[in-house]
Amino acid sequence: MKRKDQPTVAGAVTVTKIDRRTFLRVTGVAGGGLMLGVTVGCSPEESAKVRSADVAAEPIELNAYVQISADGIFIQSPNPEIGQGVDTALPMIVAEELDAAWSDVTVVQAETHPRFDRQMSGGSRSIPSRWLPLRQAGAAARHMLVAAAALQWEVDPAECETRDSMVIHAPSNRSLSYMELANSAAVQPLPELDGLKLKDRSEFRLLGKRVGGAKNHTLVTGGALFGIDHRMPDLLYATYVKCPAVGGRVKAANLEAVKALPGVVDAFVQDEIKPPPGGFLTVPLAAGVAIVAEDTWSAFRARRVLDVEWDEADAAKDSWSAARAQAQELSAGAGNEAVADKGDVEGAFDNADKTLKSFYEYAFVSHAQMEPQNSTAWMRDGKLEIWSPTQAPQFGADSVANLLDMDVADITVHALRSGGGFGRRAINDPMVEVAAIARRLNRPVKLTWTREDDMAHDYYRAGGFHSLEGALDGDGKLVGWRNHLISFTHDGTNPVIGGNIDANIDPGPFVPNLNLTQTLLPWQTPCGPWRAPRSNVVAFAHQCFLHELSHAAGRDHLEFMLELMGEPQWLEEGNSWSLHTGRAAGVIRLAAEKAGWGKTLPEGHALGLAFYFSHAGHIAEAAEVSVSDDRTVHVHRVTAAVDVGPIVNLSGAENQVQGSVIDGFSTMLGQQVTFENGRALETNFDTYPLLRIPRAPDVDVHFIQSDFPPTGLGEPALPPLAPAVGNAIFAATGERVRRMPIAKAGYS
Amino acid sequence: MRLNVNGKDYDMDVPNADTPLLWVLRDYLGLVGTKFGCGIAQCGACTVHVDGNAMFSCSTPAAVVEGRSITTIEGLADEDGTLHPLQQAWIDHDVPQCGYCQAGQIMRAAVLLEENPNPTRDQVDAALSPNLCRCGTYNRIRTAVLAAAGGDIEA
Repeated sequence: MKRKDQPTVAGAVTVTKIDRRTFLRVTGVAGGGLMLGVTVGCSPEESAKVRSADVAAEPIELNAYVQISADGIFIQSPNPEIGQGVDTALPMIVAEELDAAWSDVTVVQAETHPRFDRQMSGGSRSIPSRWLPLRQAGAAARHMLVAAAALQWEVDPAECETRDSMVIHAPSNRSLSYMELANSAAVQPLPELDGLKLKDRSEFRLLGKRVGGAKNHTLVTGGALFGIDHRMPDLLYATYVKCPAVGGRVKAANLEAVKALPGVVDAFVQDEIKPPPGGFLTVPLAAGVAIVAEDTWSAFRARRVLDVEWDEADAAKDSWSAARAQAQELSAGAGNEAVADKGDVEGAFDNADKTLKSFYEYAFVSHAQMEPQNSTAWMRDGKLEIWSPTQAPQFGADSVANLLDMDVADITVHALRSGGGFGRRAINDPMVEVAAIARRLNRPVKLTWTREDDMAHDYYRAGGFHSLEGALDGDGKLVGWRNHLISFTHDGTNPVIGGNIDANIDPGPFVPNLNLTQTLLPWQTPCGPWRAPRSNVVAFAHQCFLHELSHAAGRDHLEFMLELMGEPQWLEEGNSWSLHTGRAAGVIRLAAEKAGWGKTLPEGHALGLAFYFSHAGHIAEAAEVSVSDDRTVHVHRVTAAVDVGPIVNLSGAENQVQGSVIDGFSTMLGQQVTFENGRALETNFDTYPLLRIPRAPDVDVHFIQSDFPPTGLGEPALPPLAPAVGNAIFAATGERVRRMPIAKAGYS
Repeated sequence: MRLNVNGKDYDMDVPNADTPLLWVLRDYLGLVGTKFGCGIAQCGACTVHVDGNAMFSCSTPAAVVEGRSITTIEGLADEDGTLHPLQQAWIDHDVPQCGYCQAGQIMRAAVLLEENPNPTRDQVDAALSPNLCRCGTYNRIRTAVLAAAGGDIEA
């Protein structure tokens, strides 16, 4: 591209993309590299080393998470932000124990660094895994500020209190702000973390309140935050074309014709690289053709001219229609592998008053996060710097190092905000691709996937099939349960992610006689974690079938569900990550009550109820639904009752539940990626419909803020939605839906 | 190519005459608030105003809008930083989750309020139906638009 130095028209701004001075100014503030300091919990030697590095640098660092300058308090948010709200919730935890006024706090997205421990957003683990360390970080900084003030006033620190970013000595009526104390606090000894007194819940001033997202102002004014927004001087733009069937290689490509196109800088073939076996969430580098250009569009449009001859000898031949036909055939019998067996299942079914058998199925779905996959990389002097919207920056660096045979110490990954994650960005294939492209160039390069790339090269939520059987005794009690799961395997042995069952899944623990088997069909197209893996599909099959059983027994569904839970207890004593039947019953009752269970509803409306336990969250949802004559499903209102312990940020938590409900309905209604001959047939939103605003139900959210430790909320509110709606459709119409998406069962 | 964006004229050389407005805004002008979502006018993440109308910038060649007045999310607030009532309502009601679609949602809602300062819930739904949100923030989007409309709207 020709760059002009002078405006050509009076008053007009001549664009030369981005100038280097602006870039340095911006990244100098956001970089965080100057803020080295004390790691909470690191050794004294390490502590001394990092402390001496930049003592004079502003802001003053009290520990890894807390820095203070004259302007205010900076709190590092260690985990990637993907829309789950941790960039607000995690700093709130620090601020609470610090006694910082939230209005003084600026949230800083932490750089990827070992001092922040494992920086991964996934498994709804951010809140529970960070809860204690972040409280300690806040309390440790507070302790040092108090010590500094007490020293200055020559008083006993025990006589000092803190509030709203101030240390106060009431007996002498003196106070100092944290901003005034930062310098002297930084040289106070680090307290023993275990000896710090943390607040009692009744003393919380900030936690549990409604706090708006830390980056809301930037988001609504269009500031750069996301991976795809990353810009830098001399940036090139790339697209990467892969075989439509996973595993295909490039036999030939008309690279010269592509290179001759306007705006195209380079085009080359990249061979497949397979990772060493055994790595967690490590990915292969797929073969493909990279097109590098002066802007994104020049790269994208060059694909129309690109002609690749693919070698599909080892490429996927996966067929959904064939798998479905096979599963239907297999569903008559048990699986070819035993999974779990307890009690006397044969006896339970032989002596049953009633038995029921149903076949449930669900399709493969894409993550369809709104920001298409992308990453930027710059290779210079043997070192690689990467900017990526990723849920797992450290896994990404490991993946790149493995595949490109680099030392991981030579790779820096900046985790930028993700425009949706949902598990997709736990897998760093775009990072690996851009790294492979960047090492061929002497300029930084941003790789952007088209939406079609994104949907055709996902790590999909696997489809699957359940052949379920239930046995009821004369009292209408559930006495026997069989599940033959038909799922998929990549390696011939292990189920794909989310394609497994075990005896601990509801209702397993509550049924005296249980038999679980599985059959795994070979499947090459990769599967991966998708918001509440396994739970998001098993909940539909199990919770709908339990409703079928309660109906067959002639019993009220609510009463049937509560009876199943029995007496309040942990299913695994001492394990607060297991299901607690009392918490379960609590949310089931609350959702039913708030939704008006048993009360008269408007003409044609019916309620469906479901409970699911996942990611340590106990959540029940009741959906109020009507179905019109053309079989359009109207979800009018969803009532959610949620027990994830104490709520950190009430606004963010409520938003997650509302969003999960809408996402759940969106997915069950119309989403399917169909594979034939290894190819995804739906690759954009015209054929893969996301719910639009007119169909979005009102969602009422009720929290039971129990005293158990807080757990995460990015995932567990999604699974109960599909069965709640399925059960409501039955209640409204007498027709049972056993297939997701329900559009494939004739609904719209 | 010469574009008028947020009240300023920009001149630039772009290698391809068919370059969509979206990519000129993002790659040349650095106005990255306008998002790429689908490239086929299905998701609305790329929504901008052209002479006051909501347009899918991913499917609008930049050359077609030369000489017209383009507004992006970066130009929605007043020059002194005073937010548009919709932007303020989005903050007040803590609408975003990931936030990726929100600029497009706000831009489309701004056109609605311009044409209909007091929309009903159904009118909000109809106007915003071109814009997708995978996080499912539709409840709060609705609330924020209605709140902005009920407030002191100068738009």
